[in-house]
Amino acid sequence: MSHHVVEVRDLSFAYPDGTEALKGVSFRIEHGGSVALIGGNGAGKSTLLLHLNGYLAATRGEVRIGDTIVTRETAALARRAVGMVFQDPDDQLFMPTVAEDVAFGPLNAGLPADQVESRIASALDRVGMAHLRERPPYRLSAGEKRAVAIASVLAMSPDILVMDEPSSNLDPRARRRLIRHLLSFEHTKIIATHDLELVVEVCRHALVMDDGRIVARGPAVEILADENLMLAHGLERPHSLRHAHPSRP
Amino acid sequence: MHMADALISPAVGGTMWVVSGGLIAYCANKVKKSVRDNLVPMMGILGAFIFASQMINFSIPGTGSSGHLGGGLILTALLGPYAAFLVMASVLTVQAFFFADGGLLALGCNIFNLGFFPAFVAYPLIYRVMVGERRGAPRAWAAAIVAAVAGLQLGALSVVLETRASGISDLPFGTFALLMLPIHLAIGVVEGLATAAVVAFVAKARPEALAAAPGRTGGVSFRPVLVKLAIATLVVGGVASWFASTHPDGLEWAIAKVTGKEEVTSPEAGVHKSLAGIQAKTALLPDYGFKPSEGEATRAEGEAPAAEAWPAVSAGTSVSGVVGGMMTLALACIIGILLRLRPGPRCCGQE
Amino acid sequence: MKVSDSFDIGEMDDLGRLDTPVHRLDARAKAVATLVFIGVVMSFPRYAISSLTPFILYPVALVSLGRIPMRYLARKILIAAPFALLIGVFNPLLDREPVTAIGSVAISGGWLSFGSIMFRFLLTVGAALALVACTGMNRLGAALERLGVPRVFVVQLLFLHRYLFVVSDQAAKMKRSAVMRSSGRPLRLSVYASMIGHLLIRSMDRAERVYRAMVARGFDGEVRILRPSSFGWPDTLFVAACILFFVSARVWNLADGFGRLLTGGVL
Repeated sequence: MSHHVVEVRDLSFAYPDGTEALKGVSFRIEHGGSVALIGGNGAGKSTLLLHLNGYLAATRGEVRIGDTIVTRETAALARRAVGMVFQDPDDQLFMPTVAEDVAFGPLNAGLPADQVESRIASALDRVGMAHLRERPPYRLSAGEKRAVAIASVLAMSPDILVMDEPSSNLDPRARRRLIRHLLSFEHTKIIATHDLELVVEVCRHALVMDDGRIVARGPAVEILADENLMLAHGLERPHSLRHAHPSRP
Repeated sequence: MHMADALISPAVGGTMWVVSGGLIAYCANKVKKSVRDNLVPMMGILGAFIFASQMINFSIPGTGSSGHLGGGLILTALLGPYAAFLVMASVLTVQAFFFADGGLLALGCNIFNLGFFPAFVAYPLIYRVMVGERRGAPRAWAAAIVAAVAGLQLGALSVVLETRASGISDLPFGTFALLMLPIHLAIGVVEGLATAAVVAFVAKARPEALAAAPGRTGGVSFRPVLVKLAIATLVVGGVASWFASTHPDGLEWAIAKVTGKEEVTSPEAGVHKSLAGIQAKTALLPDYGFKPSEGEATRAEGEAPAAEAWPAVSAGTSVSGVVGGMMTLALACIIGILLRLRPGPRCCGQE
Repeated sequence: MKVSDSFDIGEMDDLGRLDTPVHRLDARAKAVATLVFIGVVMSFPRYAISSLTPFILYPVALVSLGRIPMRYLARKILIAAPFALLIGVFNPLLDREPVTAIGSVAISGGWLSFGSIMFRFLLTVGAALALVACTGMNRLGAALERLGVPRVFVVQLLFLHRYLFVVSDQAAKMKRSAVMRSSGRPLRLSVYASMIGHLLIRSMDRAERVYRAMVARGFDGEVRILRPSSFGWPDTLFVAACILFFVSARVWNLADGFGRLLTGGVL
């Protein structure tokens, strides 16, 4: 179970052109936690996420998934534990059909054909998209694409789900379905998003990032209700908390 | 510029399939060993880009016509020759599959004409040499135009040679060349301009994308490709042309050998003799019945192509041929309609 | 290339996902039969027309059994016609020797060979399009790999096909916004270069993101393709029957025999 713990310590990263995207980020997420990563554009959220599965290697500090420090050598392990759903499903659904896309991860893990098949079936079933199996991804709606992208990650049975802007481009109904799915997943969840209402519904904790640093952390509802904090970092207090939160004046 | 199946003999088409197939295998092997790990998605998406970029045209001042990017040169600048060749081959394959642009038999020819020359000749031997280490603007423009023109001229020449060698079109070499080369000179200039302009843009906006390619390809180990290619071409082309020269139609000759008959298309042969019994009763146009001419049955295989060809100047064969052909087509239509009358398709996937 | 082309590919793919007896055949069987078909058709002597007519049965059967709309296919064939037409049309000018006669009308070799070229064009293009429409790109790709095409190239075909829609969609949007702002004037080279340059850079960025997504799911340089279909006896039967038919139609002039049967020409 210790697998599900994510620990980031003093993580710093600079791109080859010298841009410092992360400047000493630290946090720890326990098993089963659901954490929102919020902050304006360019705050460093996406860069941070790319460290969690070893795609980017830190210039300083470390990322620990369970008991393993993520390095070039252990990246394959980290990628099996951390399932990453990217912002644009068109980037993620690169195979010719939905079924083949969902099979991509399990096949790379070297699973035998019958297990791959059952993974495909259960992952698609989990997001209610089993009927789309043989469709090419470009024939799907935005909501369907998102659901299939999530299924393609679930098929690898990760312990930790990392998502970058999962609700972008979704119509209200598709967004509602996404939220239902997110609430049903027992995985440890890390969600980077601008959709603060989604955070209120799905995440217990929140980390606020600005300029490569974590500037605030705590229970999501408290953080989001802090109007001054939100405004200071290019965010806003979600509408639902204006009316419902007990600390309302 | 895309060759069509209908103009190519199996010998030429097959030879070029072997050549292009060999090149694809060679390049696939090179790409597999490449250290550049994002090459798989990069090649795929740049192929899609070449397709999509051809949806957009720019106007050529004073001519009323327009042009667009060709693809081979810029791909080679971004990916190096091996990957660029594969991308061009994939673009042409998809065009042949989905747009009937070119064709399956002609695919080998098209891949060679439009892929090989820009990737392995025009870019490394002309563009790189002309641009050198300095990427000065006027020089780069001139290099792109010269390279594009040279690549297309070689491709066009290749089209002419392949068509001539197939012997299906009657166009003499000189006339055909005079037709093709000037047109492709103009197209080359336009394509060169487009390539140079886009390269200049990328050089400013994303210099590392261009700087990356030449170092990695390490000056193209050209000789092994050429040697293997030449051997394959000589062997396959030699066998094919031996057939083609001694026997105007190699397959015809082979069939004659196998069946032991000299005139294989002779109506006396095979099936319809057995049908002779019913035919008297079913004949619709008995007035047009002619006896086959004498010469037809006795003609030998080595004669002139015209005689070797379709049953010659015999009114009898012509009429039965025309009638038979027409009726066959009509029959095919009827069969098609009957096949369609079966219950509707079950649709998977869609709904 | 027109803007609608990429959507046209989509239509071909939809056809490729129908479920008919032809679609259920293994893609390799259809690919092999079609290649043999084209080879045999192109091996006929230059003046052959009537002896080629039986070959139309192959594409007609594929298209009919596969329920491919005839009009849709006809349009595609017409669009592809110009090159063969352009080169073939010289034959009547260059080869004026009369070769045969229908009744009292002499026909020159050139017209005959021109007719032959156009008919072959119809046959080969029809068969190739029918193959793709009855198979779809995915199954065709898997078949190519099993037939020995290098996987790198098959994967390249599949990726190209997948992102064709995404990138041409972007290109179409760019073009639309350029048209809206240019008040009908055609694009100058400098504007063109920056549009295409942007499209190129966005494509490269997308490739990087796709790579990221691939790596996140364990990509190690090798793309593994699911290959569910298997070659069964119906497939063997299909290939054998096709080749038998092609070879007989090549060896014996079936149409001429048919004609003689109808006209009572042979005793």
